[in-house]
Amino acid sequence: MARNRSCLYEEYVWEVPVRATHWINMLAIIALSVTGIYIGSPKTLGLDPSDYVMGWVRVVHFTAGYTFAISVASRIWWAFVGNRHAGWREFVPFLYPEGRRDMGRMFLYYVFISRKVPHPTGHNALAGTTYLLVFILYLVMVGTGFALYAEHAPGGVMHTLLTPLYALFSDQGMRLTHHMVMWLLVGFAIHHIYSAWLMDVKERGGVMSSIFGGYKPVKRGE
Amino acid sequence: MPKSSDEREVIPRPSGASAWEERGISRRDFMKFCTATAAALALPVSLVPRIAEALEADGRPSVIWLEFQGCTGDSEALLRAANPTVGEIVLDVLSVDYHETIMAAAGHQAEEARLKTEKERSGKYIAVVEGAIPVKDGGIYCCVGGRSAVDIAREVCGGALATIAVGTCASFGGIPAAAPNPTGAVSVSEAVPGATVVNIPGCPLNTDNLVATIVHFITFGKLPAVDGKGRPLFAFGKRIHDNCERRAHFDAGQYVEQWGDQGHRKGYCLYKMGCKGPETFHNCPTQRYNEKTSWPVGAGHGCAGCSEPHFWDTMTPFYRRLPNVPGFGIEMTADKIGLGLAAGTAAAFGIHGVVSALRKGDESDEGKEG
Repeated sequence: MARNRSCLYEEYVWEVPVRATHWINMLAIIALSVTGIYIGSPKTLGLDPSDYVMGWVRVVHFTAGYTFAISVASRIWWAFVGNRHAGWREFVPFLYPEGRRDMGRMFLYYVFISRKVPHPTGHNALAGTTYLLVFILYLVMVGTGFALYAEHAPGGVMHTLLTPLYALFSDQGMRLTHHMVMWLLVGFAIHHIYSAWLMDVKERGGVMSSIFGGYKPVKRGE
Repeated sequence: MPKSSDEREVIPRPSGASAWEERGISRRDFMKFCTATAAALALPVSLVPRIAEALEADGRPSVIWLEFQGCTGDSEALLRAANPTVGEIVLDVLSVDYHETIMAAAGHQAEEARLKTEKERSGKYIAVVEGAIPVKDGGIYCCVGGRSAVDIAREVCGGALATIAVGTCASFGGIPAAAPNPTGAVSVSEAVPGATVVNIPGCPLNTDNLVATIVHFITFGKLPAVDGKGRPLFAFGKRIHDNCERRAHFDAGQYVEQWGDQGHRKGYCLYKMGCKGPETFHNCPTQRYNEKTSWPVGAGHGCAGCSEPHFWDTMTPFYRRLPNVPGFGIEMTADKIGLGLAAGTAAAFGIHGVVSALRKGDESDEGKEG
């Protein structure tokens, strides 16, 4: 492909379900983290025993939890029916040689060894792998969250369905896991915003605006 | 309670009934006991006559009460039983043929009493086991009359109609099984895999739950329904947190922040003081201990989670919400570590960002400008 003969065009990369679940996840994670921190170590905010401070905080937490679970499930479903940028192969680049090469190039750029900024159309290979880990953490959060929630009704449908989790975790171990994974996700969010900003600046591919509008400028040979 | 004359019309009184009155237990007290037990079992009032009938009938089940690695706390709880009193239980509801702490016989005489019951009532007696059973090194860490606990348990529980594991040690290994478990202590159901075991954990168990289980057995001829951990649902089917008298303070957002503070004096929720009510299934808030006088949370101390498996290892530290994070010092809470993680991430990427911003000559391999 000769450089002088190439031209830019707008490619539709992130479909509506991808962008919708992205922003719903973000809002849900913020709501869940804020309410979760209060549930984990509350302050005495109720002035009167008839107040319902913790009650409302928990209502928000559970509602956001259901929303998040549905959003995560929808995104996983879309990984099988969406376009190739949304597809599950994006998240397992380490399974094929080209993906492994892209991961290596991206890593070398991140650690300042290479000056070449890879410019993939969809996810970069390292980001795709990170999102696989993040989705595993999401599933851990959804699983442990609902398992803790279901304890109010032992023998109920949800409690029965989550039986394997109660065998896997001690009750307090489950709480600790639910707590620690939140901090891992907070760490991920910091990294995620930073990396998106870095790539927006360095690869000049419009990645920041693409998660709002869905389009990315891509070069195409004529 | 209805008038006693009415009861006499409704409830048939077989021969055994007079035995209760001979021992100074009035008809009224007896019916109160039946009603209280029905309530503990979450049975409808209509079944009270059936319970009364079963208890009045002859044929008290023989009981062999074994004690191994325990502190006798469950026997102590039994001796302090108020509803009914221990005299009533021992003399009228059960035929306790062997119980090291309360039996008159000692030594070989005592062992003979046990063997006699095992032989004559084979497959018909109830075995009650208190304390964990050590299995390491051939079970030598707990021997009674020259025989190991695991040996005795297999013999007695193996020949029993049903086994009731009383207290957390017998139910789940409890404190003897806590890390590092030097004696290899296990629960009754682990030591005697084939036995029919119902677990009534608690440290100590609530005698009301033991009595209710036995009454259920006498009345219906079978053990009560149990949960996944072998505990009767009537006593362990709900979380302490969900039936707690301080729950309104939890929902309101009113917490004890420090022992003896205003909130503590006002009876606020003990959640922040490490109460394990939200992870413990037991009927303490409704059944209470010692003639229903009180229970830990009622007395101003958080729940220690004593009726859950491995509580000594998993529910500690008792005065903190969350366990210690493995590999970190005991002063590090999960939140401090998490905050450090987040701050560390931010710092690392901050530095990366500064380096990236100062770095010239990066080129996008397929950038717009070409």
